[in-house]
Amino acid sequence: MSEAVSCHNEKAEMTADSNPFLNGLWKQNPVFVMVLGMCPTLAITNSVRNAISMGLATTFVMVVSYGLISMIRKLIPKQVRIASYIAILAMAVTVVDFLVKAISIPIYVALGAYIPLIVSNCLTLERAEAYAGKQPVLKSMLDGLGMGFGFTIALTMLGAVREILGAGTFLGFHLFGANFEPWVLFLLPPGGFITLAMWLLFFASIKERSAKREAAALEQSQPQLTGAVEARA
Amino acid sequence: MSPATTVIEVRTAPHVHSGRSVEVIMRNVVYALLPMAFYSVWLFGLSAAFLIATTTGACLLIEHLCCGAAERESSIGDYSAAITGLLLGLTLPPALPLWMAVVGAFIAIAPGKMIFGGLGFNVFNPALVGRAFLQAAFPSAITTYTPAQAMHRFTEFIPTTLAIPFLKAAPLKDWIAQVRVDGFTGATPLMLQKFEHVTTDTWSLFLGTRAGSAGETSALLILLGGVYLIVRKMMDWRIPAAMLLGALALSGCYYLSNPAKYPSQLFVLFSGGLMLGAIFMATDPVASPVTPRGMWIYGILMGVITVVIRFEGGLAEGVMYAILLGNGLSPLIDNLTQPRTYGAGKRMFGKEAAAK
Repeated sequence: MSEAVSCHNEKAEMTADSNPFLNGLWKQNPVFVMVLGMCPTLAITNSVRNAISMGLATTFVMVVSYGLISMIRKLIPKQVRIASYIAILAMAVTVVDFLVKAISIPIYVALGAYIPLIVSNCLTLERAEAYAGKQPVLKSMLDGLGMGFGFTIALTMLGAVREILGAGTFLGFHLFGANFEPWVLFLLPPGGFITLAMWLLFFASIKERSAKREAAALEQSQPQLTGAVEARA
Repeated sequence: MSPATTVIEVRTAPHVHSGRSVEVIMRNVVYALLPMAFYSVWLFGLSAAFLIATTTGACLLIEHLCCGAAERESSIGDYSAAITGLLLGLTLPPALPLWMAVVGAFIAIAPGKMIFGGLGFNVFNPALVGRAFLQAAFPSAITTYTPAQAMHRFTEFIPTTLAIPFLKAAPLKDWIAQVRVDGFTGATPLMLQKFEHVTTDTWSLFLGTRAGSAGETSALLILLGGVYLIVRKMMDWRIPAAMLLGALALSGCYYLSNPAKYPSQLFVLFSGGLMLGAIFMATDPVASPVTPRGMWIYGILMGVITVVIRFEGGLAEGVMYAILLGNGLSPLIDNLTQPRTYGAGKRMFGKEAAAK
């Protein structure tokens, strides 16, 4: 885990100049690129509604706590920074916990233990460590917003596949009529793993294809260089 | 390598080659499977024929498409996809809707085999991966069995076979009441034994005039196919022998402890998919161990797990999960049963011995 975090640190520094909002939304999408926050990703994406509410709850926590963390980042002693981040995250999570309970009891029941668990979601902690603890307030909040929306979109994509195949509905709306044969597997935990794997495969193949195209374009633009190398060989 | 370059091949021993290739062996496995396929068509009629043809065709097509997506030569010529399709069809109940069979074939080939890199790299037996997916996704459809030798089976489909994709098939109860002969219901001997305590007689299990998955019914034909492959040295006899022995021994213990509750060991041997699994699935050369001692451990383990699932678990049949578990363990078994290198010291576990 520590290795993974340090690796992401480098990445974050490398792309720190690019727009932090778009960065989280697509380039470093928390689920499909960094593969972080797997616990809620696999556990509660069995319907679109759950997925969206979980994503928005996490977004709220990230935006609020990253703002606070960034504000006091110079006051926090280095040795206790993780504990401080967790305390701040826990505060934001408590707010979300009450908020969700106030907005909708059924969603609160469906999300269950996963709202308090946002504190220990490695996505929230990783971004605090890698970004908010080092960057100015506005940028940190934008990063939280981008990461949160990226997370929400990813969860919704998983939830859509699982809900459509597992129950034949989308946001509760019947797509195939009442006579749908449910693929029970997709509502169960293995369905989460299978769906995530399929999406990861999909994005990996897109990335590979575009990398190949870039390489081909590069080769075409430098024909003399490769020719010289071949001649020497 | 371009064809114009001259290559001097330097090879290490052995230089003698039996002339056998993957294709030859796989083709012979297909021959060994065909009698079961034909018998299943005789027993269950049109639906079984279409089911087996659909899974085989779908497996070949999907393998071809996957090879295309991976930009390499199509590997359908090596018959392995055909075997996967045949095996998948033979392990499914004949009344399964054809669209579900296509889903199973897709899962078997794409994530079960091609993702790992194709033939030779799959961790699990592809046909069983497909079947396990179907079992988890459509638990009711895959446990809906129909009576054998139903009336009009060569002229009419079982109604569920042609169910519209994604929609529920109509329940089969009325249809079964209409076509059944001699009061047979669709329940398999294992279900009858487990849920209604009716034991089917061993002789009819051996010959295969009973309900069940399309190809698992006739122990006789499966054994003949197995003997053909063993005699031609295309399959190792140790794995099926070990698996059957393991199941026989444990179920014998169960039977002796309480003959009223548990069926006899012969019933266990010939019922369900144990024969088909032991001879054609567990012996998948890719997913099983290669050392002789490893084969014994692997086989006995699978036989024992099968019996434990049947007697202690909630499912009537456990061969599929037993084999998948065995497949998962086979790299470990291989590693632990490496033979001692001649001249090396006391054998340690696998790699340490090699390092010394």
